[in-house]
Amino acid sequence: MSPAETALFERMPFDPTAPLTPSGNLRRRAAVSRFVQTTATAAALFAVAVLVIICYGVAVRGASTLSFGFVIQNPSGLAGGGIFNALIGTLEIVAIATLIALPIGILTGLYLTEFAGPRSRTARTLRFALDIMAGLPTIIVGLFVYGLIVIPQHQQSGFAGAVALAIVMLPLMARSSQEVLLLVPGSLREAADALGVNRWRTVLGVILPAAFGGILTGAILATARAAGETAPLLICDGFGFNQFATQFNPFHGVPSVSMFIFTSYDLPLAQAVTRAWGAAFVLMMLILIANVLARLILARSRAKLGR
Amino acid sequence: MTLARGGPRDRAGMRTRPRRAGRLGDRVMFGLCALAGVLVVLTLVDVVFQLVNNGEPAISRFGLGFITSTAWKPNFNIEGVGALLYGTAVSSLMAVVLATPLGIAIGLFLSMMAPARVRAVVGPLVELLAAVPSIIYGFWGLVVLVPFIDKLEPGLHSALGFIPLFGPASPIGISVFTAGLVLTVMILPIISALSRDLFLTVPTELKDGAAALGATPWEVIRGIVLPTTVSGVSAAVVLGLGRALGEAIAVSFVIGDVTAIHRSLFAPGATIAAQIANEFPSPDDALHTAAMFYAGLVLVVIGMLTSVAARMIAGRFDVTQRVI
Repeated sequence: MSPAETALFERMPFDPTAPLTPSGNLRRRAAVSRFVQTTATAAALFAVAVLVIICYGVAVRGASTLSFGFVIQNPSGLAGGGIFNALIGTLEIVAIATLIALPIGILTGLYLTEFAGPRSRTARTLRFALDIMAGLPTIIVGLFVYGLIVIPQHQQSGFAGAVALAIVMLPLMARSSQEVLLLVPGSLREAADALGVNRWRTVLGVILPAAFGGILTGAILATARAAGETAPLLICDGFGFNQFATQFNPFHGVPSVSMFIFTSYDLPLAQAVTRAWGAAFVLMMLILIANVLARLILARSRAKLGR
Repeated sequence: MTLARGGPRDRAGMRTRPRRAGRLGDRVMFGLCALAGVLVVLTLVDVVFQLVNNGEPAISRFGLGFITSTAWKPNFNIEGVGALLYGTAVSSLMAVVLATPLGIAIGLFLSMMAPARVRAVVGPLVELLAAVPSIIYGFWGLVVLVPFIDKLEPGLHSALGFIPLFGPASPIGISVFTAGLVLTVMILPIISALSRDLFLTVPTELKDGAAALGATPWEVIRGIVLPTTVSGVSAAVVLGLGRALGEAIAVSFVIGDVTAIHRSLFAPGATIAAQIANEFPSPDDALHTAAMFYAGLVLVVIGMLTSVAARMIAGRFDVTQRVI
């Protein structure tokens, strides 16, 4: 090394020949960063583990009860039979709730996206109302429908339960259809406008078909949520139903899967609890399948809309 | 989108032939949509009306003292939600305290750390926690979690007993603590999904800029990601709190329904929603039913305040309950 080079090195504030590995402060910072990343990964694993533990817990206890007969037989006695009437009842109540919530939810979504301007005050109020409605505890929805329908009719009924579930579903439906309607490309609307098509025919013939997949996803998710609800049914449908019979008239008390689980956990027989686990397993499977299905449909329709 | 605004009148001049049917159809369509919106708002107003109307006997008898009175003794016609409010607040706050760091960590993992494939699997799995019905959380909590808590509590008491919160263990594992844990799991997917979506909105230029200046991944998170999303994440936490406050069925399985105020988390307690779920089907008398409507009114007011708070904190972020 020449004397000139040595002088140059001496004037430098750092040692250019040092190896490029972290030392001192940088090593500490890297360690902190790694620690945080490990913690975050552990948190995600924890959440997945909780889901697996819950699913496993339900499956292991419920699967032994499960048979074809369990799904097609009415319960008999305290611990025998199956949950056929409860399944039919849940289907009945949820179908009525969907019939109420689906059109109102889609129309609300249409109002927010197609008819109200982006800075409309009415739309802002409506969105706020939907947020509050989505935040209403489901037990409160039950109390509301109890005052609205059960007290005037002097009778708890599957229909009252369905109205309560419709109120639980409505904000979900409105929000999901609003989100997917916003994804419909503006060029479709403009093309329809350029052809001189009326707004209502554009909505029915162009916009709704384009958004169909997303709206279907929202409907499935909302239905799955409603199918698992217990609190509104506890208040509005109550215990007034015949536990051992299928009830097709929604204006009487209708049995349901969630109420079946709720009422049998404190029965004195171990077999009754086993039967409730079977019902929990069926309910859980239905809801998980619905969620996976909804996700698949959403992925397909997003791909179709180019997002 | 501009064409979508203002409805049919904007294009009136562009019509090539008179179309009365079209104009009528447009009006019907608009009318139906507006009607649906009005129905939503009316329902909300009617919720408050029904609670006030049916709770009237209790409201006129107990007045505002109902909120502070801690005696819930329906058989003596004495009702107050003080103890229920305490149980509601403690169990929900415990859930929020546990779920907030966990949820944010999961959000960070899903938005910034996980490889795309891991993200595509873990993200939906975490969200599935929100799809599990509350009855299953309750049933599972009672049969699986409660025996586990029963073994856990003595250990926590001997380790942390000097803090009044961790008092003597509950007899069989049914306690406010258990309810708080169940609520933690229930609100975890809400906080983690919302914060993941918020973290994804942070501009890549900012993150890359910080990394180029030599910031470690954690310094990027602490210096860039968290400060830019703090209001949205707070709103997500408040939304989770609102969900925890109103949960009835799952809590009613594991909290023990004892309407008394205990300092220890390991004592059984009660919440407003769980108490309504327990007692509404078989009330002692009309006043008891009215008191439950009044208690529901108190819960709704608290719930609406949290919704408004979430919206105000969120500011420009559109943090609302996600569906898809």
